[in-house]
Amino acid sequence: MPAFDLAIIGAGIVGCACALEAARAGLRVVIVERGVVGGGTTAAGMGHVVVMDDSPAQLALTAYSRSLWRTLAPQLPADVEYESRGTLWIAADDEEMTEVFSKQATYARAGITSQVLDPRGLAEAEPYLRSGLAGALLVPDDGVLYPPVAAEYFLSEARRLGAVLLPGHEVGRCGKGRIQFTNGASIEAERILLASGANIDLLPSLPIQKRKGHLLITDRYPGVVSHQLVELGYLKSAHKLTADSVAFNIQPRLTGQLLIGSSRQYGDDSREINHAILRSMLERAIEYMPCLKGLSGIRVWTGHRAATADKLPLIGPTADPTLFLAMGFEGLGITNAPGAAVLAVDALLGRASAIDAAPYLPSRIQQEAVHA
Amino acid sequence: MKPMDVLVVGAGPAGLAAATAASRNGCRVAVLDDNPAAGGQIWRADITRPHHEDAARSAAIAAFHTSGAALLPGRRIVDVRSPSTLLAEAGGHFETYRWDRLILGTGARERFLPFPGWTLPGVFGAGGLQALVKGGYSVSGKRIVVAGTGPLLLAVAAHLREYGASTITVAEQASALQILPFAVSLMRSPGKLLQGAGYRKALGDTPYQTGCWPISAQGDEELRSVTLTDGKRTWTIECDLLACGFHLAPNTELAQLLGCTLQEGFVRVDTQQQTSVPNIYCAGEPTGIAGVDAAQVQGEIAGLAAADCNPIPTSLLARRAKEAAFGRRLTHAFRLRPEVLKLASQETIVCRCEDVTFGQLQTRSNWTDAKLHTRCGMGPCQGRICGAATEALFGWQPTSVRAPLFPVPVAAFCDETSSLNAPSAR
Repeated sequence: MPAFDLAIIGAGIVGCACALEAARAGLRVVIVERGVVGGGTTAAGMGHVVVMDDSPAQLALTAYSRSLWRTLAPQLPADVEYESRGTLWIAADDEEMTEVFSKQATYARAGITSQVLDPRGLAEAEPYLRSGLAGALLVPDDGVLYPPVAAEYFLSEARRLGAVLLPGHEVGRCGKGRIQFTNGASIEAERILLASGANIDLLPSLPIQKRKGHLLITDRYPGVVSHQLVELGYLKSAHKLTADSVAFNIQPRLTGQLLIGSSRQYGDDSREINHAILRSMLERAIEYMPCLKGLSGIRVWTGHRAATADKLPLIGPTADPTLFLAMGFEGLGITNAPGAAVLAVDALLGRASAIDAAPYLPSRIQQEAVHA
Repeated sequence: MKPMDVLVVGAGPAGLAAATAASRNGCRVAVLDDNPAAGGQIWRADITRPHHEDAARSAAIAAFHTSGAALLPGRRIVDVRSPSTLLAEAGGHFETYRWDRLILGTGARERFLPFPGWTLPGVFGAGGLQALVKGGYSVSGKRIVVAGTGPLLLAVAAHLREYGASTITVAEQASALQILPFAVSLMRSPGKLLQGAGYRKALGDTPYQTGCWPISAQGDEELRSVTLTDGKRTWTIECDLLACGFHLAPNTELAQLLGCTLQEGFVRVDTQQQTSVPNIYCAGEPTGIAGVDAAQVQGEIAGLAAADCNPIPTSLLARRAKEAAFGRRLTHAFRLRPEVLKLASQETIVCRCEDVTFGQLQTRSNWTDAKLHTRCGMGPCQGRICGAATEALFGWQPTSVRAPLFPVPVAAFCDETSSLNAPSAR
């Protein structure tokens, strides 16, 4: 009999959350990581816990996951830096303002609190935004956090319950209850859960595309921004599956630093900064908040999101009965980690789920794509 | 803008020699440096004594000026915009520079090791204090302890004394036994021997205590005293300033951002001083800490190579080999004793930008792990200070360098040629 009930590949925030959920369910868990805990896709993003309504299924999973984060929040260590900042969806003009009202209606139907701000309300909430904006939708219960430390928190809780971390091991092959490492070693487990973020080397046929993003972090400017600010134009640009796009998206950190985004590019697997994209991303941000241009930027980096065609993750079984997935979270891996962990362990154990898991099943995409 | 035939970064001994050699051989050459004048760290101009000249410095600068190469001072490289374009900041303005051949002479910085009290006001880097004094900071009548390791301590102490400081002691962590073979080997380099003897003479009655190092600095608002040890005995000295440095760490950030391969922390170069990236050369301390003479000969070779003057004269290659051997003896003589890597307490700050303590770092497994989970090295200095310390303390190799090399206003990423007012952070 294998020594482990479950082997998880990837100690990012999703893999670590899955490890904790599985350990809580009494499974003997090993989690395999080639690099640093939370050092891959998890470290590349902002750490925005946000309810999104691109589709009913996305709304269901993000709302469920956010509720889990909010339950968890009081017991998170301080260095996870969880703050209930709220999101402001900013409308630049009347057309986007109609979007604000329809978004509010959608959220209300899902039981998500939100509030429409008029131009004056928006200026009071964020005085450094440019004048002339049409308004915003405030979603007060959205949060921000520091993802690598959150991943490590899940992992340490899982280890307290007996989960084992196998660091410094790169997987060469996996499937049929067996993980073969590039160093020649191997382990067996009843089940394997692939949670390798944007890295699909192990299952190259997975219908996941890398979508590159750029972020800039500033020096400390406490009080300049209070909420996570996202332009509603983001919905138009983020939806495009082909063209490169940028949008105003800014996050205040507990340190007073500001994270400035965002960009989306397909077909660029390199980690190099694309100066044209970075430039239009920052010009967009300055357009919304002119004072940003004088703030000191201390670091720029890039990362890759794992995007699927329907913008929903792949959570659940594959054609190989031993192999499960928790992949393809695009920009919502941090938000969805706790919800995805519950769904993944539900699938492993055949438990009923709190929300309908069907929209996230890998089987929704042509079967042969997810053969090992 | 037409690219320069040869662009040199750094107007220290390596950069000046490189620019001179390339320019003499027909290349259009420009040298960028973030200081207001040529000379780099070691030949930093002294505003209080403009006519007090170092002969080697004067000769190098005169040769540079007669070669026809252009000096563009007050320009700091902040980013790489394309494989052959650098972005420089000059007093709030941003300029781009293109090149056909690039020579990096980015020098070295002091290495600091954390010990309780090292972040107190009044504790300076040894070279940093010397630079301040050359810029007009008065140390007259100040009681100063100079401590750490490396030949720089002697030079700094002698210099401070010349400026009226009361240098109480020079504490060199390396043992006499460790330094002796190095000192003896200086017999083969009369110039260096004379320079060392000159410093020793200038020190007068200030003791040069080998096998002796600082274990803590005390003070409330500012430094009051320093506690030294020789491993057996521990004593405390009242003082106004502590000038402290543990030899040098190479400035390899720009090379890394350009994609040059490092080897054991230094930029890897071939016999022509060319890095792993074609048409990018490197000379001086970034390729190995070996001092000013090594920097000059490496710079000259790099300049000739960049100007396609082949083959390189064998006399130069021989001098380079001799100086490399000197560098190896230097590194060996001033290698750190294990005790100085254990001075920090759990609460001692290691990363000053982000207030990360030694205790927080102890449980981390590598530099990336430490950065992500404690934010060590994630502040405005981008790990320049703590990176060299953690490399010594834990053996961590800094992994990647992120742009910009120095903080710049956000607008600098939007229009590199626009004029910007430098903002005030915080």
